[in-house]
Amino acid sequence: MRLERRTNVPLHLVVLAPLTAVFAALFLAAGLIAAAGVNPLAAYAEMLTGAFGSRLSITEMLTRATPLIFTGLAAAVAFRARLWNIGGEGQFFVGALVTAGLGHSLGVPGWIGIPLLMLAGMVAGALLLAGPAFLRLRFGVDEVVTTLLLNFIVILFVGLMIEGPMRDPLAFGWPSSVPVDGEFRLPELIPRSRLHIGLLFAIAAAAAVWMVLARTVFGAETRAAGMNASAAAFAGISLPRTIMGVALLSGALAGLAGSIEVMGVTAGVTTTMSPGFGYAGIVVAMLAALHPAGVVAAAVFVATVFVGADAMSRATGIPSFIADVIVALSLLTMLVALLLTTYRVRR
Amino acid sequence: MSDAIDLLLNTSLWAAVLRIATPLIFGVLGALLCERSGVLNLGIEGIMTMGAMSGWLAVYMGAPLLVGLLVAAICGALMGLLHATLTVPLGLSQHVSGLGITLFASALAYYLYRLLVEVGDLPPTIEAFEPLNVPLLSDIPILGPVLFSQALPTYLALFAVAVMAYVLARTPLGLAIRMTGENPHAVEAQGLNPIRIRIGAVAAGSALMAVGGAFLTTSAFNSFFPGMVQGRGWISIALVVFAGWRPGKALIGALLFAFFDAYQLRLQTAIEGVPYQLFLMAPYVLSIVALVLVARRAEVPAALMTPYRRGER
Amino acid sequence: MTHALELNGITKRFGTLTANDDVTLTLDQGEILALLGENGAGKTTLMNILFGHYAADEGAVRVFGAELPSGNPRAAIEAGVGMVHQHFTLAGNLTVLDNVMLGSEPLTRVRSARSDAQDKLMQIADKFGLPVMPEARVSTLSVGERQRVEILKALYRDARILILDEPTAVLARPEAIRLFETLRDMTKEGLSLIFISHKLHEVMAASDRVAVLRGGKMVAERTTSESSASELAELMVGRKVERPVRQDHKIGAPVLVANKIRVEDTDKARLDDVSFTVHAGEILGIVGVSGNGQAALGALLSGLMPPTAGELTLAGQDVSDLGPREVIRAGAGRVPEDRHAEGVVGELSLWENAVLERLRTPEFSRRGFVRQSAARAYSAKLIERFDIRGATPDTRIGLLSGGNMQKLILGRVLANNPRFVLANQPTRGLDEGAIAAVHAELLTARADGAAILLISEELEEAVALSDRIQAIVKGRLSEPISADEADPQRLGLMMAGVWTEDDDAA
Repeated sequence: MRLERRTNVPLHLVVLAPLTAVFAALFLAAGLIAAAGVNPLAAYAEMLTGAFGSRLSITEMLTRATPLIFTGLAAAVAFRARLWNIGGEGQFFVGALVTAGLGHSLGVPGWIGIPLLMLAGMVAGALLLAGPAFLRLRFGVDEVVTTLLLNFIVILFVGLMIEGPMRDPLAFGWPSSVPVDGEFRLPELIPRSRLHIGLLFAIAAAAAVWMVLARTVFGAETRAAGMNASAAAFAGISLPRTIMGVALLSGALAGLAGSIEVMGVTAGVTTTMSPGFGYAGIVVAMLAALHPAGVVAAAVFVATVFVGADAMSRATGIPSFIADVIVALSLLTMLVALLLTTYRVRR
Repeated sequence: MSDAIDLLLNTSLWAAVLRIATPLIFGVLGALLCERSGVLNLGIEGIMTMGAMSGWLAVYMGAPLLVGLLVAAICGALMGLLHATLTVPLGLSQHVSGLGITLFASALAYYLYRLLVEVGDLPPTIEAFEPLNVPLLSDIPILGPVLFSQALPTYLALFAVAVMAYVLARTPLGLAIRMTGENPHAVEAQGLNPIRIRIGAVAAGSALMAVGGAFLTTSAFNSFFPGMVQGRGWISIALVVFAGWRPGKALIGALLFAFFDAYQLRLQTAIEGVPYQLFLMAPYVLSIVALVLVARRAEVPAALMTPYRRGER
Repeated sequence: MTHALELNGITKRFGTLTANDDVTLTLDQGEILALLGENGAGKTTLMNILFGHYAADEGAVRVFGAELPSGNPRAAIEAGVGMVHQHFTLAGNLTVLDNVMLGSEPLTRVRSARSDAQDKLMQIADKFGLPVMPEARVSTLSVGERQRVEILKALYRDARILILDEPTAVLARPEAIRLFETLRDMTKEGLSLIFISHKLHEVMAASDRVAVLRGGKMVAERTTSESSASELAELMVGRKVERPVRQDHKIGAPVLVANKIRVEDTDKARLDDVSFTVHAGEILGIVGVSGNGQAALGALLSGLMPPTAGELTLAGQDVSDLGPREVIRAGAGRVPEDRHAEGVVGELSLWENAVLERLRTPEFSRRGFVRQSAARAYSAKLIERFDIRGATPDTRIGLLSGGNMQKLILGRVLANNPRFVLANQPTRGLDEGAIAAVHAELLTARADGAAILLISEELEEAVALSDRIQAIVKGRLSEPISADEADPQRLGLMMAGVWTEDDDAA
């Protein structure tokens, strides 16, 4: 068996790949569901109604998708340049922390404060990733481990802050940070739901990232550097500047995820406010084959699985961890599906 | 302050160092074996979780402790085979596959645990490994309790270091593994199969990783809960670089790290007024520092992360 | 009498490309057979099939009468076939003994018999006059020494048929002569040898028989003593060799001047006290065995490596510290040594590659945005002017053949009307047709007044194209000689470091 590179990738395969991957993942997970003694088809039906069955569930699902779009974009941008940013989780939290901290007593009107806080979140996330990027450029330290370890450090730091200087004296039982001022809460997009205008910002961000990657000089240099670093260097592209630029952009997007989640949903910061948005963002990016447009669709898929699984779990008794299983399997099946779009299998 | 120094004189600290080092030793050895053959295995965190859960579950369901370790090893090897299949014959991104395996193995472990185990207010427990007192030797003052009153898995870990060092340096198999990580084309040109060697090394390395995870639930603690691996897998990856991909140095790295972890834990109660989170951060910060210190001089296996495609140069 | 080796009807296809087409070949014991053909003729593929790296689609191989299972290097080694690869299959971080021993002991063995292996290795090394140090790390060895290890690897496994793929590509002439002497001695010990080459003079001097491959087919077999270089050349290419000829003309003013340049890389001098001048309308050829500083020279002139001492001026402007983009703006054009690694980004389209090094110029970008239509139009013009086949501006460039890729690289350089062109191994790996096209473009640029510096490992090419030639040895340059004074003897001596009457190179 040999792999032979395809000469051109037909468009239908590009779209088919993620669909096949998702289907394969659901098929494999069905085995686990059956092992629990539940009919997989019935279970998946519950999942779908759990996510789409009512106005409430759809808005919930979209609310969940919003931060995933941002962290998905963050991962996609970084991976395009072969910058393995696994620190989305930590960048999310620093963005959230800075937003809650600054936004608690910032005395400006909402229309100034919200963009300002978004910017603050972006800066915080960018700076956090700049560290590992610098270590890679200057010392050759692999960024995979450093970004991962930073996640743990950041979560501990968040705990430290919300049990200490940023503690909300009004929080009962579960420690939370002081909340942002009500002025800076994002208006809701659909009345009487948790869905807020952050979704629109997310879609706008996806469009902006697409524009940057496809049309700007920086985007072209980023793609070239990720595909063939020595050819890019020969062409005069400064690898350190490109990598650092990508790191700032990627970190900013993940930080923005946290910032918007605070202003749109939670108001304050807790150590449990992220069910792994950073890591799920990586799956989203891969399912989207690193395309900004695909990120939106992939984020909706992942959000559907998570929101639907909660309902499925309540209805069938299957542990809700099945959602994590499905999402993780999708990543692996997508890898294989991508392989099949790039190569033909020959005997 | 003198409390901090006093702590260093306490034998229980040093006994704890060996204990805390055990999962790291398995983790580093496992990662080292994979990387020596040319494959980065970022699935380690998930594989250790899976090892922790499966080893514990086997014992919970009535198997003897050693069989529990074996079950964990088998589960780890299976996950390793999955990673190896994706990255070696299929040549997919080692980074992404590894991350996928971590996510998948962890999720699967949590799912199966929830499905098969009744969890009440407190997680159910098993009878863990008891410390094995080596006759005579464990009576030596200081050295006795530290070195000769450890649980069986700890002795296994130390034994594994010796075995791996010997195999890599002195056997034809070890040479083949090392060569595969340096130049797989050279391996093929000598009539061996680098794909099979990589797959085998990754499976074996993953088995070791899983045993490290199982130590957590069958010796260090006696129950399983989500998140218990706590980044030890990632720290192992960092320690492999720190160890220069050598088993002897890997042992030193693991012990050093375990010392800081054990010390930090005891300092928390000794020193007041400092938030405990700062102490807990120390191990992760130290790992990053260690990486920076050795990065420039790192003698990476030349073919690490380069997929091997037959006939391609 | 059984032949030592028989290849019968070997056919191998890669997709639509037929690399070997019904090839039949024999080798007798004690014979040296040369396998001759231009780049892309299928020589290496054929030998890879023999050694088992590939399995043939059709046909069979017999070694000393016994059929050889295909696609199995282990079986080939056990049958007595050994291969010295063009790109050495050695691990730099391990020792000579490690590299040689690998695979010779069963993997289930509990202890490696290293001292026995060392004894055997030293015996073989003595017998064949190939001295080595078994505990030396391969990365510390010179290219010639590494080749010795490659050969010893095969002899250690008791090879009776030895295949050598372009063995002199990385050797200086004295070393090459010594190698062929060693090979002749081996045949006296009973070995049979095949060596792959595209160098006619070598084939004529060292082989008993020649087999010529062209376009995947075996077109001729000759007894070497009964043939001639020109007959072989014609068989190799299939038509009268038609490379463009340099016309003499008046050389202009100095354009690129290098003065006492030193380039260091982690304290080691890669270029030392290097001075040269390239004039307008001139091609200056730099010849030398690979590994003598050509890479550093290429990097220097590409704007990738600044000099630690000395100056580099282009049309009067100091360009010593300029990066690639600035040096392009100053009027330089660069053709890199390795088109796949440095020349193009395979995944990007042709138009993106055409403008990659000039993205930040007003012609192709505005306010940070790429001017895509301008870039596409430009690349369409390149396709037409430089006869790039099988491509549109949007074709993924990795799909192009080597020759067409090189035409694009050359085209994007020349379309900019550069004052100076660096042509670094411009025809490496190309077939005759592409080589002729590249030479024609370079000569046209020369006629239009460009100053060209050609770095080449092919003496024939350097002599044909250059007005003056200098040799590079261990990071230093010899004095230039004019092309008329450049005969193979003189060049061979220059490349070996013999520059004056007093020099006596090893």
